[in-house]
Amino acid sequence: MAVPEQAILAALVVPVVGAMLIALAGRLPNLRETITLLTAVLLLACVLRLLSGVMGGAQPALALFSVLPGLQIAFKVETLGMLFALIASGLWILNSLYSIGYMRGNQEAHQTRFYVCFALALAATMGIAFAANLFTLFVFYELLTLITYPLVTHHGTEQARAGGRVYLGLLMGTSIVFLLPALVFIWLVAGTTDFTPGGILAGKLGAAGLAGLLALCMFGIGKAALMPFHRWLPAAMVAPTPVSALLHAVAVVKAGVFSVVKVIVYVFGVDNLASAGSGSAAGWLIAVAGFTIVAASVVALGADNLKRRLAYSTISQLSYVVMAAAVLAPLSLIGAAMHIAAHAVGKITLFFAAGAIYTAAHKTEVSQLDGIGRRMPWTMGAFTIAALSMIGLPPAVGFISKWYMLSGAMEARQWWVVTVIAVSTLLNAGYFLPIVYRAFFVAPSDGIPGDPHHHPHGEAPLPMVIALTATAAITVLLFFMPDVPLALARGMLAP
Amino acid sequence: MSLAQHLPALQVVVPLIAAPLTVLLRRRSLAFAIVLAASWTALAIAVLLWLQVGERGTISYAIGSWPAPWGIEYRVDRLSAFVLVLVAGIAAVVLPYSRASIEAEVPPQQQYLFYTMFVLCLTGLLGITITGDAFNIFVFLEIASLSTYVLIALGRDRRALVAAYQYLIMGTIGATFIVIGIGLLYLMTGTLNLADMGRRIGVVQTTRPVLAALAFLTVGISLKLALFPLHQWLPNAYAYAPSAVSAFLAATATKVAVYVLLRFYFSVFGQSQVFEKLPMPEAMLLLALAGMFAASTIAIFQTDLKRLFAYSSVGQIGYIILGLSFGSTDGLIATIVHLFNHGVTKGAIFMLLGGVALVMGGTSLSRVQGLGKRMPLTSFGIVICGLSLIGVPGTAGFITKWYLLLAALQKGQWWLVFLIVLSSLLAAAYVWRFVEAAYFREVRKDIGETVLPWSMAVPAGLLVAATVYFGLDTTFTVGSARQAVALLMGGLR
Repeated sequence: MAVPEQAILAALVVPVVGAMLIALAGRLPNLRETITLLTAVLLLACVLRLLSGVMGGAQPALALFSVLPGLQIAFKVETLGMLFALIASGLWILNSLYSIGYMRGNQEAHQTRFYVCFALALAATMGIAFAANLFTLFVFYELLTLITYPLVTHHGTEQARAGGRVYLGLLMGTSIVFLLPALVFIWLVAGTTDFTPGGILAGKLGAAGLAGLLALCMFGIGKAALMPFHRWLPAAMVAPTPVSALLHAVAVVKAGVFSVVKVIVYVFGVDNLASAGSGSAAGWLIAVAGFTIVAASVVALGADNLKRRLAYSTISQLSYVVMAAAVLAPLSLIGAAMHIAAHAVGKITLFFAAGAIYTAAHKTEVSQLDGIGRRMPWTMGAFTIAALSMIGLPPAVGFISKWYMLSGAMEARQWWVVTVIAVSTLLNAGYFLPIVYRAFFVAPSDGIPGDPHHHPHGEAPLPMVIALTATAAITVLLFFMPDVPLALARGMLAP
Repeated sequence: MSLAQHLPALQVVVPLIAAPLTVLLRRRSLAFAIVLAASWTALAIAVLLWLQVGERGTISYAIGSWPAPWGIEYRVDRLSAFVLVLVAGIAAVVLPYSRASIEAEVPPQQQYLFYTMFVLCLTGLLGITITGDAFNIFVFLEIASLSTYVLIALGRDRRALVAAYQYLIMGTIGATFIVIGIGLLYLMTGTLNLADMGRRIGVVQTTRPVLAALAFLTVGISLKLALFPLHQWLPNAYAYAPSAVSAFLAATATKVAVYVLLRFYFSVFGQSQVFEKLPMPEAMLLLALAGMFAASTIAIFQTDLKRLFAYSSVGQIGYIILGLSFGSTDGLIATIVHLFNHGVTKGAIFMLLGGVALVMGGTSLSRVQGLGKRMPLTSFGIVICGLSLIGVPGTAGFITKWYLLLAALQKGQWWLVFLIVLSSLLAAAYVWRFVEAAYFREVRKDIGETVLPWSMAVPAGLLVAATVYFGLDTTFTVGSARQAVALLMGGLR
């Protein structure tokens, strides 16, 4: 086995071994957290080991075994998967650092289970990122749902249980009811589920068949949170904030939109979909995604709970990726891939900030945040940068992805898409800027003495502040140096 | 003559001889040792037969050297060899488990009887599978059924007696229907040998007695395999029988009945045109769907885990029959693979539940609260098997679902596709009833300190591992099923 192949295997095995060691070290919290951090660093090293080769155009592959004849568990690293793996593994390090501060600061129970499931979730994410065919992707997609269930229901309360039901019911329900039949049908029609440049369905289905199958796939990938199957994401917010940050802003939801882009580019084929007439095959998808963008933003506008507002913002932002992919223009596809990265770093920062506020000030509602920027300048500074990125303003990376998406939409003369992006930008500003304004420019209300919401506090524990500052810095850094993600996004379109 | 030539006879004779030996010796440890040796030998023979069939094709063995169709023929082909491996394999795993389990559930002076009846039941099931003679099937069916009634009645709960009686009545009706069907076929074809019957049925294929025979056989066998709505006996039988018996029956008894149905449908009626006269596939399809939805829905509302998973079995039998109703290669592969996969999965679940009953003092949902903490491995094992019932990839159940969906899509029946996947959501609902009880509730205060014996944990763990293994490596299951289907579709040649 050559070195890149070993690196693929290592990227899958390292988190699993890490999880085992974490479980063994359960009684020694310091050792346990050290192992978590080491595992995260090692995973990033494995992914980086693959990076230069993939940037150079190589596509290392690894086939493990066949479940059924012609149906393999196999991996192949191409640029989009590389980008996703890089984001997930890189942010895991910062998130682990943050978790240590959060879990200890809030004296959470079952911390060993938390770290074990987290490591396993990352292994499943790597499996999705590197999957060489739709079948492998499906297997790891389902695994990811199951592994994150104990994280969502971490608190074990009635509320957590209810959230877990919605989470599992919607994610597993959509994948079994829509995606599984689609997968079997693709296998039946194309004789393969391998991700192939140009797609595997060209000339095999009529326009109506394509549109129907696309619907099954898009709604089947529930993790992309297209309306009306989006409710699991707000439900998942009962989880501890590090889970919301890495999993429900990065790994799980990005696995969703990543799968969407992957399926559109490598299973359906961009040209195949475009020639079927955008009105029939991909047109409705633009409509559904556009509706989701605007509707979720409107809900976010009215949400007072900070995590809920962030969750609906995520739903809206995820649909940007779906919509941009459905435009089927090269520039918009680059925008879609870039937005996976841009939204990841931005949204994780926002969740980090929300968790920091909860840990330091025990505040969860937007209306309680008056003047909090004066007590927690680093946290709210990072929050502001990330909010700019969400709105799509420079100097944050969100500007770049939005730029590409807009150019692509204009190139394709999809004026509805341009309108939706414009409207939603206004809405984004409408629900993020008031928070920033409150934090920095409204004087803290005079608290009633003894009110738990108004006790003196400073910044959250140091590991958390380091983590959120780092992700905010990356948000800015990627604006000035977007070369690597852009190159990876472009690589997806190269034949 | 070498011993290898007599393997088909030995397959039945070895357990059959073990039965009277246990009664003569009476000592329960001796009885256990004899039956264990017999069942492990039976497994070895089954595997050897499977290998032989793989190399040389169908084996025909004339009992007492009387050639068929006059004498009784034992016939091992790719399908029967596969089912033999399942039945003998489950018996070989359940037996070591049964020792501790029976010790706790059956009075000492009756324990040797358990082993006697167990090995007789094994004999019957192996005999049904291996024989190529219609009347012989009935004889072995009675051996298996009668011993099953006793096994169920051994249960600690007094309701076990009612359950056994219920099964006795239903089972006897079923057996009577089967023997009437066989009699009618004998009347019309003049032979009892299945292969011969299949060849001769062409002349009389659309006569009324043959159609009546098909109807009698279908109803009779459907009773034995608990096809909805003929399943009434099953939930009580599984719930109140001793744990080892539930595990063994759930994994084998209904599966062997499915095998008999396949035999009659394809090997006897396969070449005839009876299916054009009677809408059997359509009827089977409707009953299968009804089972998948009704039984799974009932399962959601059960408060006892044994009953919950018993109803789940009725639902899963729906999948098996659904595959059969397609009549296509992939549909039949689904049927045969699920026969095996569900056998392994349900065997594992009922073995784990036996452990739960021992430690927690029962299997009601209120008793298993906090099982995730009290018995983490057992609890996790049940979850894995539950995922297999749902059909999550990486478990055996997924393979079946794949082939069922494939078969439905090949026919272009999208409505059926969605019904299949929707029914798995019902499975998710009842499995999650367990998950929420086991992981979101605290352990009850009145639970004792009993420890699960290794002799129960290891065999159960083995089957859980098999549930995952057969979801990842399907060369044995799908490979065998594919060859068996080729054989069935070609009739008995």
